[in-house]
Amino acid sequence: MKLLTLNFLTCAVKTCKSSSDSFPLHPKDAELASDDVEVNPELLVNLLPRLDWKALKTTSAEVFLPSCIYPLGFPQLPDSPPTIEQLQSDDKLLKDLHSLLMETNLMEGKLVCGVCGHEYAVREGIPNFLLPSHLV
Amino acid sequence: MLPTPSTSHVPYTLVYEPAEDSFLLLDTLSSPTSLTFHTSHFPPSSPTPLVLEIGPGSGVVLAFLTAHANHIFSRPDILTLGIDINSFACASTAKTVSLASQDHPTTSGEFLSAVQGDLTSCLRGRQVDVLVFNPPYVPTEDLPALPERLREKKEGKVTFEEESKLLELSYAGGKDGMETTDRVIDSLGDVLSERGVAYLLLCAGNKPEAVKQRIREMDNAGEGRRWKAETVGTSGRQAGWEKLQIVRIWRE
Ligand SMILES: [Zn+2]
Repeated sequence: MKLLTLNFLTCAVKTCKSSSDSFPLHPKDAELASDDVEVNPELLVNLLPRLDWKALKTTSAEVFLPSCIYPLGFPQLPDSPPTIEQLQSDDKLLKDLHSLLMETNLMEGKLVCGVCGHEYAVREGIPNFLLPSHLV
Repeated sequence: MLPTPSTSHVPYTLVYEPAEDSFLLLDTLSSPTSLTFHTSHFPPSSPTPLVLEIGPGSGVVLAFLTAHANHIFSRPDILTLGIDINSFACASTAKTVSLASQDHPTTSGEFLSAVQGDLTSCLRGRQVDVLVFNPPYVPTEDLPALPERLREKKEGKVTFEEESKLLELSYAGGKDGMETTDRVIDSLGDVLSERGVAYLLLCAGNKPEAVKQRIREMDNAGEGRRWKAETVGTSGRQAGWEKLQIVRIWRE
């Protein structure tokens, strides 16, 4: 799964959804892999307005903790989202965002809900959001 | 005709094999009228659309939408995501989409992930711009459940009983074949973005006219807007009825 997917996922437990702590889910024991994807500035520019920037910053900070296997280097994200003009004129930011959003894949590990603490397993790049029967 | 993605690697004892319903979705989603609709609905410089398929199975439809994004949405910058309850379907989908994507690098969108899950329960609200669902639509006595062992792990040999359960899950729709589809229809207001569009496949046994009417009468379309539901593709006449049809659902 692309790391970007975490910008669209929350805990599957119904009662967690009303709390803002159910998003984003927190990666744990993450094993990452990097794809070689050609940079597409137009895609990043069009993607920018629909990203939850705060969640993306959280995800990138957590997934690259030293305890995790991390072969890629640390992209530093600004505190607030860049404007389209900033993104178009800042080559380094464009490359960092590209590497984070388009090239970084979460292969193994867990995704943890900040409300109920449930851990969703990620195996071979596929997260499993099916809940045990007592949580459904 | 856009080429159909290869699914020769998919284990059809565990995952639904592409059939007439899958091909009707491919034809309908890539028709000239769909292109016109998508182009005006998602103009080229608007935010990147997120395309979700629920129950992608082999991944043939999601791979088609991803690989031919530029032909279907008149822009290659789309994100695609598949959610399936069957872990073997998830693995198949991931492979089918990446193979098709590699075959068509200049027209392809970006595939995010295949996710194992129960319909849209793991999604953040109102993010989906295009939702595609080829549901378990065959009217059946009961709605099957996923064998407990296959909820968590896929290690170990899949038994014959588990195999038949997995395939049953892909077609058995319970009462009127609508039990699962109704859950998706009820969640559309929470799942679709403001500009969101859903494509839903129905068979004659689902009573499609009544389904469309029910959708049009839903009251959560938002201030000054109404739900629209129109048939945009059909196949296989049977006793004067279209056997299968695709309904497009949106708000305006
Ligand atoms: Zn939770």
